[in-house]
Order: sequence, then structure tokens, then C-alpha cells
Amino acid sequence: MKQQELEKSKEYKYGFTTDIESVRAPKGLNEEVIRFISKIKKEPEWMLSWRLKAYSRLKNVKEPNWQKPKYPKIDYQNLYYYSAPKSAQDKPKSLDEVDPKLLETYAKLGISLKEQEKLSGVAVDAVFDSVSVATTFKDKLTEKGIIFCPISEAIQKHPELVKKYIGSVIPITDHYFATLNSAVFTDGSFVYIPEGVRCPMELSTYFRINASETGQFERTLIIADKGSYVSYLEGCTAPMRDENQLHAANVELIALDDAEIKYSTIQNWYPGDENGKGGIYNFVTKRGACRGKNSKISWTQVETGSAITWKYPSCILQGDNSVGEFYSVAITNNYQKADTGTKMIHLGKNTKSKIISKGISAGHGDNTYRGLVRISSKAKNSRNYTQCDSLLMGNKCGAHTVPYIENKNSSSIIEHEATTSKINEEQLFYCNQRGLNQEEAISLIVNGFCKEVLQQLPMEFAVEAQKLVGISLEGSVG
Amino acid sequence: MLDIKSLSASIDGKKILNGFNLKIKPGEVHAIMGPNGSGKSTLANVLTGKNGYEIKGQVLYQGKDLLDLPIEERAQKGLFMAFQYPLEIAGVNTNNFLKTSLNTIRKVRGQKEVDSLDFLKLVKTKTKNLKIDEKILSRQLNVGFSGGEKKKNEILQMTILEPKLAILDETDSGLDIDALRIVSDGVNALRSKERSFLIITHYQRLLDYIKPDFVHVLVDGKIAKTGCGELAVELEKVGYEKMGANK
Repeated sequence: MKQQELEKSKEYKYGFTTDIESVRAPKGLNEEVIRFISKIKKEPEWMLSWRLKAYSRLKNVKEPNWQKPKYPKIDYQNLYYYSAPKSAQDKPKSLDEVDPKLLETYAKLGISLKEQEKLSGVAVDAVFDSVSVATTFKDKLTEKGIIFCPISEAIQKHPELVKKYIGSVIPITDHYFATLNSAVFTDGSFVYIPEGVRCPMELSTYFRINASETGQFERTLIIADKGSYVSYLEGCTAPMRDENQLHAANVELIALDDAEIKYSTIQNWYPGDENGKGGIYNFVTKRGACRGKNSKISWTQVETGSAITWKYPSCILQGDNSVGEFYSVAITNNYQKADTGTKMIHLGKNTKSKIISKGISAGHGDNTYRGLVRISSKAKNSRNYTQCDSLLMGNKCGAHTVPYIENKNSSSIIEHEATTSKINEEQLFYCNQRGLNQEEAISLIVNGFCKEVLQQLPMEFAVEAQKLVGISLEGSVG
Repeated sequence: MLDIKSLSASIDGKKILNGFNLKIKPGEVHAIMGPNGSGKSTLANVLTGKNGYEIKGQVLYQGKDLLDLPIEERAQKGLFMAFQYPLEIAGVNTNNFLKTSLNTIRKVRGQKEVDSLDFLKLVKTKTKNLKIDEKILSRQLNVGFSGGEKKKNEILQMTILEPKLAILDETDSGLDIDALRIVSDGVNALRSKERSFLIITHYQRLLDYIKPDFVHVLVDGKIAKTGCGELAVELEKVGYEKMGANK
């Protein structure tokens, strides 16, 4: 019937590979490779020694194993830790110097860097494997004193800022993947918003994995100085491959007094095929520190891709009256697995946090929400509200909610609500009777289910996210 | 418009419709009355394509076989059902649902989609004509609606989608007199030479407002008696039992 045709039509749109000559570090993880990365990035000595410190630590720590999705052992010696298009060796100074092949790749992904610079109001940093290949709107941002550049460039040009803040939210000793990232990270974005400046446009980084047998170790650092505001969005895609590829990122956010950072993710890494072969391991550490009073950090994530998603974008609410938010949609279809959620650590007085998590499981997908709310004894009059909703489609998928709650003072309040529901046949019939086919009906119902999260996204991306949510679930009912 | 020939339907081995025959011509309004469990809602479900029934017999809709078509194609071809129990869909804005539905159907028919602004004008006019509070448009679809609001919303949808054949499945049950009037006005406003209605009801009351061309009494899965409007009045007096329902 029709249903089967639809199932067949499901294809990962971004699964192509760009045939481009690349420069790689020798395979394997060792001190030479780390020195190679540091050298090719023309890093100062302090950065190299920071990396080496992390590497020496790495030898003594083990991979964590408490997560729900298990995976085969990763052979870290059989990976490339650096891969970059040859043409990006000497960092192009303007878009006109960027390899047309790379521009074409991004155009194919729906990001026309050249057009984009003229038309939309979004500044983009494009990261291809281990290097940033282009950053748009740099001049316009510089006028306001805003720094938006690849982190490798920031290490050279703004060492005082990088040195001060890198590893200050996620210390190199944090856990295995954070330590690994600290040793071998290659590129990512750096953002600094000066005191009192409201960033006039959305900042965005687009991560693309292209090379095979290569791990991507993104490092992003965003600092919002006193009274500033920035909204940042990242998108991610990768080619279709039978192998599992690792993306292990560290993202650190710092908000000083009265500053606000809004960080959104649309994660659409290759999820693997319908039998669970291939796909990205998305093992990411994201943490924000509300260091100043009245500061605010808001995470929004739409996680539709990856074979395994394992991440907890968190907020450390140090400043009095600071606010942390986490809005999440995680979709697992076919054999995808997700173990995601957040940590809200309340340290300052009158701190507030809000968690809205929407998990959708279809096919054989398995979805776990795991979240910690910790209110310390000093965080008087603090509040948390958590809402965790799971939606199941079919009878082979799973949804799990694992909340950890610790409240150390009596003036604070924690609320937790959770629901689990199934897409109901009657609802589908009702939509079908109004002319919508099965896929359209599911997309409508699911988008309704996720609405509270999707409406947090910047307008420019909300429509795209809605479509993505629908596409990710194509062929999931039958 | 619709030609139902010896239609039988069972669910879980239990026969509900049993040799049901009915012809509806363009412009006609047919009412189907019958006691609980006589198969009224099953008829509506089978015609709209709901899953779960074992079906025998033939149904021609506009001269073509209806039973082979998926639910949405029947809807796209102008078959509409006002639900007895309209479904709640959380997070889906009523206005958006209506617009999506209309545009999906228009697209299939090769018509231009209606943009948000034009749609808003259209839907505001329709709600005003139907004396429906336009606040329901910004609410989540049927979520927290009263029984009356849900039924009015069904009539609003019907008015906007302009079906060729509309089935009203006990739309009148649970309505107060004002809501009943709104529902009836909605139906009457849509009556035309090209459009047909199949009105399923328990009570004669609705037929005071919507004058049917034919009234059929459904008993044990088939039509026991057919008449004009007066039949409904008679039914109300003597009850279904006299009409051949012996249980």
C-alpha cells in the first residue's frame, strides 16, 4: 500500500560526501598527534601544554559506562584526530578565496555562504571536519566589538580571553570525553560579546563531518560580558556511512552580571540506516556558568540525528537571581538511542531553573531523559520546574525518565511533572478524515507535542526544525 | 452521489451492518435514525474508512468505488464527517489545523493554497456567520472545549472545507437549544443542489431544524423503514420497537 512507498522514500538528505583533498594527522592518539594539531593550528606554547596536561590525565581515566545506550568499544588508536581540506590550509581571508567545492557543499546543505552574507541576518561560522572554513559578517560584528571567529583563531588573536575562560566551566579533569576533547580538540567557534552590547544578529555555526574514520572534536567557547546578550545556534550533518563516527564536543558558556546567552542546537547528524548500521556517536559535554548576578543561560536542543545521542547541556547558577533553562526535543527512530537531559546546579540565592523535555520514540528507538536538579544549602528561595513528556509510536520503542533531585534547603521548591503517551489511532483517524495523510498527521501531532520547545528557537530556524521533526519520523507508522 | 449496495460490516466477529442499502442523490438530505447499537456510527465509520472493520458489499461514491480508498483520499474527494466525539490534539492550534486541512485538500485538487491572511479573513467570516466565539481559533484543538464547543468546531470545519457529502454523526447529542440552532443553521446554510448530507441522530429534535428529504430507520444493521419528515415525528411517538426492533 501507500505506507510502504512512503517508508522507502525515507532518505537522509545530507548523506553525500564531498570529494576533496585533505590533510590528515597520522592515525592514532598519541603525543605526536597532539603536537601535530597544535603546530598546524599555530598555537602558542601554553595551549600545547594545556593539551598535553589533558592527555596525560586521559591515560588514567576510564570511559564512563553508566549510560543506558551501550556501544561497541571505540578503538581510539584507529581514528584520525585531524582532517582538513587542503585548500583551507592557509586560512582564506574572504569568502572569495574559499574553495568553491566547500561553498558548494554548504550550499547543498542549504547554507549558501555567499548569498547568505547578503540576504539573511545570520552570521555563520562553517566548520568542516577539523577546521573552520569561513565566517560571515565578521566586519559588521567587529564594529560592535563582538568577536565571532574560529576558536583556533581566537587562541592566536585573543589569548588573554581564551586562557582566562577555557576549561573554567568544563575542567580538563571533568570526565573521559571532556578530557579527550581537551587534548585533541580542533575547531569550533569563539564568541565574545563586550559589556552592554546586544548582539545585533543570530550567530550560528554549522558543523559538517566529511572525512571517514575521523573523529570530530569541537570546542566552543562563548562569553557574554556584563549586561550583554547573544543568541547562538549550531547545526550539524554528516555523510551516510556504515561506520560509526565520533563527535565529542565541549561547549562552555559564561554569562557575567546581567548577561544572557541563548544557545540553540539543531542536531541532525547521520542517524544510521533503518537497521541501525552506521551513524554518529554524539557524545557531547555542554555546560554554562551563570557566573554573574541576574544572568541567564537558556539551552534549546532539537536532537533528531545520531545513532547515539549522549549529552546534558547544564547550567551552574552561581550568581544570585540567575536563571537556567533547558528545552529539549529528542527523537529516536529506527535503532537510534538517546540519553539526554540536563543538570541544574543552584548555588546562588533566588536562582530559578526550568526544564521542558519532550522525548519521542518510534521504531526500535530508545529514549532516556536523565536530569539532575541540585539546590545547595546557600541557594535560598530557589525554584525549579521540570516537565518531562514522552511520546511513543508503535510498541517496540522505549522511553525512560530518570530524574535526580537534591534539595538542601527548606526555602526552595522543586516541581517535577512527567507524562507518557502514545500517538492515538483515533487522533490519526481524525486528521486523516480532514484530508491529511499519515505522515502529515504524525508531523502535525508531534509538532504540537513539541511546540513549547520549538517556539524557543530563533524564528529563522523554527520552520526548518518543524520540518525536520516531521521528516525524522517518516515511515515510523505502518 | 452515494450508492451503498448490500453493505455488511463486522468488528471482532460481531456483525453490525447486515445487507445495508442506500442511495443518496446530489442535493439530498437523508436522516438515519435508530436505537443504540443499530449500526449508525458503524455506517459513518465504514464510509469514512476507519480501520478495524471487516467489510462486504459495495459503495460507489461519485460513481467510483469508495471502499478501496485510504481515509485521507476520501476526505480529499469531498467526504466529510462531523465526529460524535471530536478528538483533542494538544499543542495544535485550532486555526492552524483548519488551515492545514483546507490547504492539503486544495493542494490535492490542484487549487492554490490559501495564505495565512486570506485564511484568517475566511475563518473570521465563517465563525461570525455561525455565531461561534472566534477565541476557539487560538486554542489548542478541542482541548478543554465544552461538548457544545467541540460540536460547533466540527460544523465550522465543515463550513470551511465545503464537502460534497457531509456525514453528521450524532452531532446533536448533548447540545443545548442554542448550540443546536447554530449547528442546524450551519448545515442549512450549506445546503445546495450539489451537496448531500447524511445525518445520523437519535432524536427527532434536530429534524425540526434541518428538514430532511428522507428519514430511514436503522434496525439491526439494515434499513427497516424509509419515509419523509413525518416518519421521524411518528418514531418519536411510538418508539423504535414498533419499527421492527424486537430486542
